[in-house]
Amino acid sequence: MADYKEIVGAYKEVPGGLIEAYHALQREFNYIPEEAVEEAAQIFDIPKAKAYGVATFYSYFKVGKRGKYIIRICESAPCHIAGAAQVVSALEKELGIKMGETTADGLFTLEFTECVGQCQATPVITINSKPYEDLTPDKINAILAEYK
Amino acid sequence: MAEEMRILMRNYGKIDPLNIDDYINAGGYKGLEKARAMSQKDLIAEVQKSGLRGRGGAGFNAGMKWGFSYNTPADQKYVVCNADEGEPGTYKDRLIMENDPQSVLEGMAVCGYAIGSNKGYIYCRGEYPYVVEKLNTAIEQAKAKGVLGDFDIEVRMGAGAYVCGEESALIESIEGHRGEPRFKPPFPPVTGLWGKPTIVNNVETFANIPLILEKGADWFAGIGAKSYPGTKLMTLTGDVANRTFIEVPTDTTIRQVIFDFGGGIPGGKKFKAVQIGGTSGGFIPESLLDTAIDFDSMGAIGATLGSGAVFVMDESRDVVDVINQITKFFEHESCGKCSPCREGTKRMHEMVKYIYSGRGTAADLDLLERLGTVMSKACLCGLGQAAPSPVLTTLQHFKADYTAKFN
Ligand SMILES: Cc1cc2nc3c(=O)[nH]c(=O)nc-3n(C[C@H](O)[C@H](O)[C@H](O)COP(=O)(O)O)c2cc1C
Ligand code: SF4
Repeated sequence: MADYKEIVGAYKEVPGGLIEAYHALQREFNYIPEEAVEEAAQIFDIPKAKAYGVATFYSYFKVGKRGKYIIRICESAPCHIAGAAQVVSALEKELGIKMGETTADGLFTLEFTECVGQCQATPVITINSKPYEDLTPDKINAILAEYK
Repeated sequence: MAEEMRILMRNYGKIDPLNIDDYINAGGYKGLEKARAMSQKDLIAEVQKSGLRGRGGAGFNAGMKWGFSYNTPADQKYVVCNADEGEPGTYKDRLIMENDPQSVLEGMAVCGYAIGSNKGYIYCRGEYPYVVEKLNTAIEQAKAKGVLGDFDIEVRMGAGAYVCGEESALIESIEGHRGEPRFKPPFPPVTGLWGKPTIVNNVETFANIPLILEKGADWFAGIGAKSYPGTKLMTLTGDVANRTFIEVPTDTTIRQVIFDFGGGIPGGKKFKAVQIGGTSGGFIPESLLDTAIDFDSMGAIGATLGSGAVFVMDESRDVVDVINQITKFFEHESCGKCSPCREGTKRMHEMVKYIYSGRGTAADLDLLERLGTVMSKACLCGLGQAAPSPVLTTLQHFKADYTAKFN
């Protein structure tokens, strides 16, 4: 596993590099390790509160562990009227967790999201940002199987 | 039937977007070449004369905006491409970036030359990592070819905050901060990124630039509506037969968009409402469908063109159910910097939820309207100012859906 200090350190000289560093951490770990936020505060010479403030402002960043695969379900209006709620129920049932939770094996996390910009084929979910379109509850099993 | 007019999408499906030679062979980078042969002043005057107005929602004349930065002396200036594309139901900037990325880079480089900037940023939403990859490839190819000259472009990625589409919040985000809008004035063209003069334009705005230079300002000014010339990319969602994108001249009517291009309402159902411009857009009833989509015509009916998202609802849809979802969106996306929006979006969602659950009365509708009116005037940025618009326009045109909820 890569060292979070190295990852953050690589952005020290980049103007506005804090957010870039957080993206890099998430590419490696899928979340921002708690210690990395404190490290970032030191490296960018800002108060810890500010480093946390930035990390928690953006909904794509998550401080602290979450699943290996982040399943995001769009709840914006076009997906809503296309039946996003049924997709949510199917995912919750299949994974045995509620929205916002992570499966016990650490594989999947369910999150709501706003529009992901694939509205030609609603409803849409993304798994680690890869879009799956025109979803119906009966398609869920096959999609999850790709990741198990 | 009305025809599509593919100016922005002229290369769609015809070139390999990730092969710069294809773009150049199709006439690409001629506009930049022409621009560099002009004086900065003449170039800005030409863009201004074309009448091109911002495609990101505010509709400001692009050339005029560039002029502000040109006229502000500074040791460094920046060009920023707004690719945050956060309005639900919108994917037109993605289409442009995926299918013709060089046209965006070319437009940015023209702007760079016009204002005297050698550094550009593309702020691309975090939902589009696959677009970021394509942009980086396109930038590498442009650098290798040397077409950009000394103009450098770097891609920065957003992280799922709708408010970061607002230009000053976007600038804060590039600087590595929380994406909270700034107090204005000063405006970005004078004091923007790291305090330097900065032009923020939408992807679609930049993509229009190369052809305006190649074919001339008069050519562009003659297309579509006089006060908002050119074409507009629209994305059709909801209860419409063709859920697709279209590029049409700006004097096309909403009815043509939905019924000619969109193929009408599927399943033999009747039209009920359309919301244009994304989640912050107003709801439009049948009686106003003959309005042209251009910025000013839409404004005149209390609606917006916004991002060009077209969200159609058929007669079976419950407006209050949709409004409940929309007010939830704004409660979540409010950045919290100013209280009319932080509190207002929360209370607005609370009240709509209450009405939706059947516990509301006529007095609640009055309160909702008052709250919305206050927010549209008192909020610091466009998010809070526009958030009440779906509520206010549905109270105006679809009140029966609300009163039907009363027990
Ligand atoms: C809440 C909010 C979100 C916005 N989102 C976007 C966006 O996603 N893309 C965009 O180009 N402009 C967006 N804007 C408009 C920008 O502030 C700005 O007006 C625009 O980028 C200017 O470029 P243009 O003149 O080319 O339209 C948003 C504005 C607000 C208030
Ligand atoms: S209006 Fe809303 S989003 Fe805009 S600054 Fe105020 S709280 Fe933030």
